[in-house]
Amino acid sequence: MSAETLELASPPQPGSLLLRVFPLYPLSARRAGYLVQRNFLVAKRTWVLFVSGFFEPFFYLLSIGVGIGGLVGDVVTDTGTSLTYQQFVAPALLASSAMNGAIYDAVHNLYFKLRYSKLYDAVLATPLSAPDAAVGETTWALLRGASYSAAFLVIMAILGLVESWWAVLALPAAILIGFAFAAAGLAATTFLRSWQDFEFVQLAVLPMFLFSTTFYPLSTYPEPLQWVVRCTPLYHGIELIRNLVTGEVGWSLLGNAVYLLVMGLIGLAIGARRLSGLLLK
Amino acid sequence: MTVPVLTPGALAFAGQRLTAYRHFWRSSLISSVLEPALFLASMGLTLGILVDRGPGLPGGVSYLSFLAPGLLAAAAMQTGSFESTYPVLGAIKWDKTYDAVLATPTRVPDLLVGQLLYVAFRVTTSAALFLAVLVLFGAADSWLVVLAVPAALLTGMAFAAPITAYAATLDNDSGFAAVQRFLIIPMFLFSGTFFPVSQLPAVFEWIAYVTPLWHGVSLARGLALGTIDLGAGLLHVGYLALWIAGGVLLARWAYRRRLLT
Repeated sequence: MSAETLELASPPQPGSLLLRVFPLYPLSARRAGYLVQRNFLVAKRTWVLFVSGFFEPFFYLLSIGVGIGGLVGDVVTDTGTSLTYQQFVAPALLASSAMNGAIYDAVHNLYFKLRYSKLYDAVLATPLSAPDAAVGETTWALLRGASYSAAFLVIMAILGLVESWWAVLALPAAILIGFAFAAAGLAATTFLRSWQDFEFVQLAVLPMFLFSTTFYPLSTYPEPLQWVVRCTPLYHGIELIRNLVTGEVGWSLLGNAVYLLVMGLIGLAIGARRLSGLLLK
Repeated sequence: MTVPVLTPGALAFAGQRLTAYRHFWRSSLISSVLEPALFLASMGLTLGILVDRGPGLPGGVSYLSFLAPGLLAAAAMQTGSFESTYPVLGAIKWDKTYDAVLATPTRVPDLLVGQLLYVAFRVTTSAALFLAVLVLFGAADSWLVVLAVPAALLTGMAFAAPITAYAATLDNDSGFAAVQRFLIIPMFLFSGTFFPVSQLPAVFEWIAYVTPLWHGVSLARGLALGTIDLGAGLLHVGYLALWIAGGVLLARWAYRRRLLT
């Protein structure tokens, strides 16, 4: 895939270098919108599966928060606050379900459309370009993830697990997590060769879910391991949401947010380019 | 009415499935062995520190020893279920392996028995490997833990047989996601794998007692901790056997209906 093909495929845009690196926003917003609309129509037909996505984090909250919570008792966070186990786990489950949902959409659904249903071959026969498709898919994944996150936040509030009004910002934070992982997932999907390779995606996601301070504070680990955990993106997502929900807001949260933003932008740049390459060769 | 039995045709078909398995056994190790091992490391070891420091479990059992056999049974459920979804529908509909095999002297009941034999192989080998991991983690309290492997086999097949029947009635794979989300994951979370079901509200506690996973987990845990008594053991085994027998009969019906018309 050469730069020339890309130029031919998408209409020439008034471009600075920055636009060449991130050749996406917001010039194609309307065209990408058609793909979002298409996904919405499909979701209406399989609404049971769509709705069932709301239940999974809730099941985890009940099982781990209530069941294991009874065994654990209270937890002291890394900032020194004492929380009930449910209060501790719930924000982390919100963050991990934003990650899982985004990965599922970006990897499983996208792979199927790319390799089997040939959806994008059809899409490219219309005025939409490959980057439009990438933006459209990511937007759809974010909308879907945002609806799940909003519902989960409401449940948390009803169960009395929300400590502060800062929690309102947990929704955009969850969308940011979704963006970072959807974009990284998009990039990863373009490298997958077969269904068996999904195991490798799982191999990245599951350890993060299990070890990135979801179930216990960082201080439970020995010092060197703490640094490994601090490097993972989910850790930053969980920090962001947990501190917003408990109201312990400081400037360090901006660092967490920037980490996720940069990860998303890099993923999107790689993903959109590779996708163009795969579709236009 | 003929009951499906072990015939040369069934063995031959199980052999075909194993040959196919040789192509993806490496990646299957990730989901069957590495995933439960990661859960064991994260929750058993690390969360276990908090549990053992907190109110903890009744009887003073360490959380690691409590969780490990539960995960062994739950992993058997997941392997048994998964191997009875896409592979079954795929063999019927997408790669049409069943059609190809039926052009040979192999008959429909042979396909079912061969398919289940293959799943039994997958569940047993995964459980044996996970048992090795469990021993490495120091989570085995009693020699009876070796018997947790046949307990896992029963658990896996109690899911494999009815799900095979269900898969043989489907037209597309969307039903599998529903099974995963509404049956497998809730059972994984609430059937006593991670905490005693007595922690649940009474209604849910009783629902948990009905699930095959609870019986599988209790059986494996009782054996691993060496606390099981004969009566309870036989009850769990009998209940799981009932699910297997019912599932096989349903699957036999579903296979005939799907493949003989």
